Amino acid sequence: MSLHSFLVSPFADYGFMRRALAASIALGFGSGPVGVLLMLRRMSLVGDAMSHAVLPGAAIGFLIAGGLSLPAMGLGGVVAGLSVALFSGVVSRTTALKEDASFATFYLTSLALGVLIVSLRGSNIDLLHVLFGTILAIDPTALYLVGSIASLTLISLAVVYRPLVTECFDPGFLRAVGGHGPLYHFLFLFLVVINLVAGFQTLGTLMAVGMMMLPAAIAQLWVRTLPLMFVVAASSAALSGLVGLLISYHLRFASGPTIILTAAFIYGVSLLVAPAGALRRLIKRPHLAG
Amino acid sequence: MSFPGIRLENVTVAYDRHPAVHHVSGQFEPGSLTAIVGPNGAGKSTLLKAMMGELARTEGRIDLGGLSPRDFGYLPQAADIDRRFPLSVADTVMLGAWREIGGFGGATPSLAEKARQALTAVGLEGFERRAIGSLSAGQFQRVLFARLLLQDARVIVLDEPFTAIDARTTRDLLEIVRRWHDNGRTVIAVLHDFEQVRAHFPTTLLLARRAIAWGATDEALSPDNLRRARAMAEDWDEDAMVCKEDVA
Repeated sequence: MSLHSFLVSPFADYGFMRRALAASIALGFGSGPVGVLLMLRRMSLVGDAMSHAVLPGAAIGFLIAGGLSLPAMGLGGVVAGLSVALFSGVVSRTTALKEDASFATFYLTSLALGVLIVSLRGSNIDLLHVLFGTILAIDPTALYLVGSIASLTLISLAVVYRPLVTECFDPGFLRAVGGHGPLYHFLFLFLVVINLVAGFQTLGTLMAVGMMMLPAAIAQLWVRTLPLMFVVAASSAALSGLVGLLISYHLRFASGPTIILTAAFIYGVSLLVAPAGALRRLIKRPHLAG
Repeated sequence: MSFPGIRLENVTVAYDRHPAVHHVSGQFEPGSLTAIVGPNGAGKSTLLKAMMGELARTEGRIDLGGLSPRDFGYLPQAADIDRRFPLSVADTVMLGAWREIGGFGGATPSLAEKARQALTAVGLEGFERRAIGSLSAGQFQRVLFARLLLQDARVIVLDEPFTAIDARTTRDLLEIVRRWHDNGRTVIAVLHDFEQVRAHFPTTLLLARRAIAWGATDEALSPDNLRRARAMAEDWDEDAMVCKEDVA
């Protein structure tokens, strides 16, 4: 097999592969930076919980649209995800439960509800599509939606960069200067939810969060400053999309898991060889003069 | 606008109905340099947070003399700040310009120059591009003082600013506090070291949930007052009755 037939032909010959590639890259550009902030805020598990929380909304959208319709399922997913975020916040502020505990209770309820709704009215195939995604069936509408979400995410992060960073790093200072911390916290959760929604068409609700967390972990292993972490996370997510699609095409693997496993492979290599990885710490090197 | 100081009237702040600050009244005079001291659990940080609007009062009133908390320069406890966040020293100091540029504006050359001067004033010239995660506790505290310098606030509120800080850094930062006082700013600091308070802070509020003493430091920190403070701080009652002063 020539390099051309391995790397270029799948995308040159098939429109669905081109759309899948564009969607994966757009998804990576949006989800990567969001994942970095999620991880730095020590909210990795909240991201995982949110990815499950969007399911009942997606399922209701699926039923109303009568099949796999990303706009309908996406809207439902956004409503469900934000509702869980809102209720979890209210519970943690009005009871003794911490926010992660209330997230856990709501997302489990939400996940069970979602699976029940799909299993009542849809087929097992439909359920599998919702849970694991169908990246190779992305139509132009779905592609526009994913692209729009990525664009909105990057623009929003650029606009609210300073308050969002301050809210992560020193929330007391932000409160003291009247910086509306809860507003940015909720805006950030909104970005998490819409990126999960963008991800569940391509990767499914169960693995959408993988496009956030794995690239974020990779970025933290390679670079030290926040802007560079955004760049590395977005790039490694997009690269995972490209390589994962090629592998899934040639080996006939399911595309979603292959993309996430590709990201996991990059993460594994980074764990060993990145500047903050294991080898640099295990191998003794002479210390510097100053 | 002249600033009349900060007045506390019968301030009570409670957690789960148990008062952490109980019926505290008094005044931080304009231009004063006041230490708030007391045993652990005395409500010192709680009082600051209530003044900053971070905690709701259960009862009483805090008159900020026409200012709002956002006019204050506030240094939270180090434990409340994520020092591992991948932020540069320059970006951290520039947060002090929030009042000028808000959350969305860009740093002007004059603000960047002020930030550089602030870093020089705290002895961290040339540290601009360093990640805050690579700094020692003392260096990081100097960065936060540089941020306060850039804030240029009339009232400066410091919550345990010298905890776990080496002697030289403490001395340098105390010098900055003294200059703020000389410039007529009102400075309020929660502290633990009584010798430091006696040496550098003319006024002291001795707190043990209640205000045991509030006035000249030597009088406030008398042996009798310190003994009363220790006794009151240990007076925690799970089965306490409703406070009669609240009912009255």
